[in-house]
Amino acid sequence: MAGGPPKALPSTGPHSLRDMPHPLAGSSSEEAVGGDSTPSPDLLMGRSFGDKDLILPNGGTPAGTSSPASSSSLLNRLQLDDDIDGETRDLFVTVDDPKKHVCTMETYITYRITTKSTRVEFDLPEYSVRRRYQDFDWLRNKLEESQPTHLIPPLPEKFVVKGVVDRFSEEFVETRRKALDKFLKRITDHPVLSFNEHFNVFLTAKDLNAYKKQGMALLTRVGESVKHVTGGYKLRTRPLEFAAIGDYLDTFALKLGTIDRIAQRIIKEEIEYLVELREYGPVYSTWSALEGELAEPLEGVSGCIGNCSTALEELTDDMTEDFLPVLREYILYSDSMKSVLKKRDQVQAEYEAKLEAVALRKEERPKVPADVEKCQDRMECFNADLKADMERWQNNKRQDFRQLLMGMADKNIQYYEKCLMAWESVIPLLQEKQEAK
Amino acid sequence: MEPAPVDPERQLQPAPIEPLGLPNSGLEAAVGEEAEGARDAGSGVDTMTENNFGLKKIEISVSEAEKRTGRNAMNMQETYTAYLIETRSVEHTDGQSVLTDSLWRRYSEFELLRNYLLVYYPHIVVPPLPEKRAEFVWHKLSADNMDPDFVERRRIGLENFLLRIASHPILCRDKIFYLFLTQEGNWKETVNETGFQLKADSRLKALNATFRVKNPDKRFTELKHYSDELQSVISHLLRVRARVADRLYGVYKVHGNYGRVFSEWSAIEKEMGDGLQSAGHHMDVYASSIDDILEDEEHYADQLKEYLFYAEALRAVCRKHELMQYDLEMAAQDLASKKQQCEELATGTVRTFSLKGMTTKLFGQETPEQREARIKVLEEQINEGEQQLKSKNLEGREFVKNAWADIERFKEQKNRDLKEALISYAVMQISMCKKGIQIWTNAKECFSKM
Repeated sequence: MAGGPPKALPSTGPHSLRDMPHPLAGSSSEEAVGGDSTPSPDLLMGRSFGDKDLILPNGGTPAGTSSPASSSSLLNRLQLDDDIDGETRDLFVTVDDPKKHVCTMETYITYRITTKSTRVEFDLPEYSVRRRYQDFDWLRNKLEESQPTHLIPPLPEKFVVKGVVDRFSEEFVETRRKALDKFLKRITDHPVLSFNEHFNVFLTAKDLNAYKKQGMALLTRVGESVKHVTGGYKLRTRPLEFAAIGDYLDTFALKLGTIDRIAQRIIKEEIEYLVELREYGPVYSTWSALEGELAEPLEGVSGCIGNCSTALEELTDDMTEDFLPVLREYILYSDSMKSVLKKRDQVQAEYEAKLEAVALRKEERPKVPADVEKCQDRMECFNADLKADMERWQNNKRQDFRQLLMGMADKNIQYYEKCLMAWESVIPLLQEKQEAK
Repeated sequence: MEPAPVDPERQLQPAPIEPLGLPNSGLEAAVGEEAEGARDAGSGVDTMTENNFGLKKIEISVSEAEKRTGRNAMNMQETYTAYLIETRSVEHTDGQSVLTDSLWRRYSEFELLRNYLLVYYPHIVVPPLPEKRAEFVWHKLSADNMDPDFVERRRIGLENFLLRIASHPILCRDKIFYLFLTQEGNWKETVNETGFQLKADSRLKALNATFRVKNPDKRFTELKHYSDELQSVISHLLRVRARVADRLYGVYKVHGNYGRVFSEWSAIEKEMGDGLQSAGHHMDVYASSIDDILEDEEHYADQLKEYLFYAEALRAVCRKHELMQYDLEMAAQDLASKKQQCEELATGTVRTFSLKGMTTKLFGQETPEQREARIKVLEEQINEGEQQLKSKNLEGREFVKNAWADIERFKEQKNRDLKEALISYAVMQISMCKKGIQIWTNAKECFSKM
């Protein structure tokens, strides 16, 4: 493993992580994202860094670095997509404030979408609308339709598979809110998708349903044309670079699936461990009631085990709510990306087929028919868009997984620190009377 | 596992106490009354305490275990484990120890020793043996008596047993115990020659049979109740602890899978690869760390088990007292009825039924001479009975006094030992937490480099 010995971390006390300097404060020679224990939700969801972001340019230190930065000032300081090189960000979207609506026909949840922007595409500098899951679903479908050459971020799963989960429970709603927020932020960060008309309407329209009914949407030129590519064209061989992407995505999804299964298994084992702990602690209490001198020490041990049980429960809840959903999102992401790859293949197939057809009609005047040119155009656009999106996706994926896995490590560290504190506080209780003797 | 620590403040009995009911088996052990054992096989590390008499100190250790085959009583081949017991005497002046005795014993001989002690010292809470068969096992532990881990833990338990006896102010002086340590051949015969099996009260084995005692000693009743509850709660604790260990094992081991999948994933990644790979290594370390952790915890379980079995020994003392009290009451009752019979014969009034009385009624009165004879027999019996009752009463009072003294000693020992056990358990947990923090911190560092 590259690098020197691990940073010495104080082993006790709940404050150790907060005492660490903010990773972007001051100069640092190594990438140090995500060292903070609880960054704000915006911070967690909204970043999309390129490689050069984290090493501060020219070794300069940003202003006001000592305290953990507020999300907006931090975002201001960060460089974002290569395409908006040097520009400050001009579009901010947040999903929050879930509310339950009870109507005669159904009960559902809406989320508040807050948009702040200086872009000319927006009439007002700020918008606040309420949307429900099916609106997000609609948006995603529209984006796939209108921007078929781009990778559209995934939505959290539509249906709750296990009947045990209550879709109105706080935990479920919060998990979904985070995923929806991430979804919109990924679109916001995309140089092409963020300018999409449907996206704009989604963020701003008072009555989205009316717009939906219109069905009138301006498709991009490429979108329009790609829409009309029917199947039936078979691609002979995928070009190497796209084959590599395809292979990568296959293996990637496979590994993520394995990790998902492992994580679920760990949570299951931890819950079973928790069940036993919850029986174990109270037995010491029962024993304590029989004893004289040992009563306090035994009761202390009982309480201690109780505290550890609570800490374990918090760990399993966190992993279920924060870790698993992100894994699943990425599996969905790679699935949708594979479909985009297939679409690309079809466009290329059509082009190659038409080109071949022209070549066979050699006796006619050698002209490059307009429609073959159009096909070539389509294909090259598609390839370019896809390549750019892949690169962006790879960078974001790296940040996301770094953060996700560091978060997992963090949660485990916090769990052990809580347990450590509990056991350390019991020791003086156990030693007490002996010294008095 | 820690052997019994000796309380330096404990005062020794100045004179040897005769085992109850036997004239001359109280041969004083020629060795000193305080004995300490080596902490580990052959490690030679020990602490010595001063004793009041300046006699030679001894160290006892059960240093080895060996598988043997031999023929048993039915001339069938059997495999068993033999344990090497080494006794060293320590020179007072320079602290050097010299090996004085070394012999091999098997578990059944330890059992024989203990059964002997139970009979001859019924007022003492006799230290228990380690379990005969592995109980309270969690899935990874073997329940097989030949399993090396089980044998090792048993070796430690047997050593602890001997150290407990050697540090007991009364038991350490027992001749049979001394011979157990020093006389390899013929020891079994010597023990059996004491005839202790005949003296054993078979009623003690019938744990659940109730004997109606009219005037129970409240202290003993409470103590018996306590020992029952203690047995029950420690059993429960050991059962749940075994399940907890099982589950914890599962949690740690599943993390090992991360190691493999991170490695496979890192193969398709460019920049993320190194961080993932090295983090995976830490997950492997995490998964394998549980083995040592749980092995240490077994020592804690063994300490609890010792007191589980000690509770049984405590109960045995209470039981013995109950039986003595019962016998006393029966003897008193018998005496009272004989006295009444005598009185009836003398005065001629029949208040109690007797076969003799019935037969005389049916077949005619007995002669005055016959009656006189009967009265005389009864008076003799009454005399005898009164003597016996007196000695039984004395015996009973002695028993209560001595038993209670040992019970007080035992209580202090128990509180001390269990507190230490809890402390070492807490220390184990702390070490496990610190290890966990370290490993996850290392993993986090690797993730940060992704």
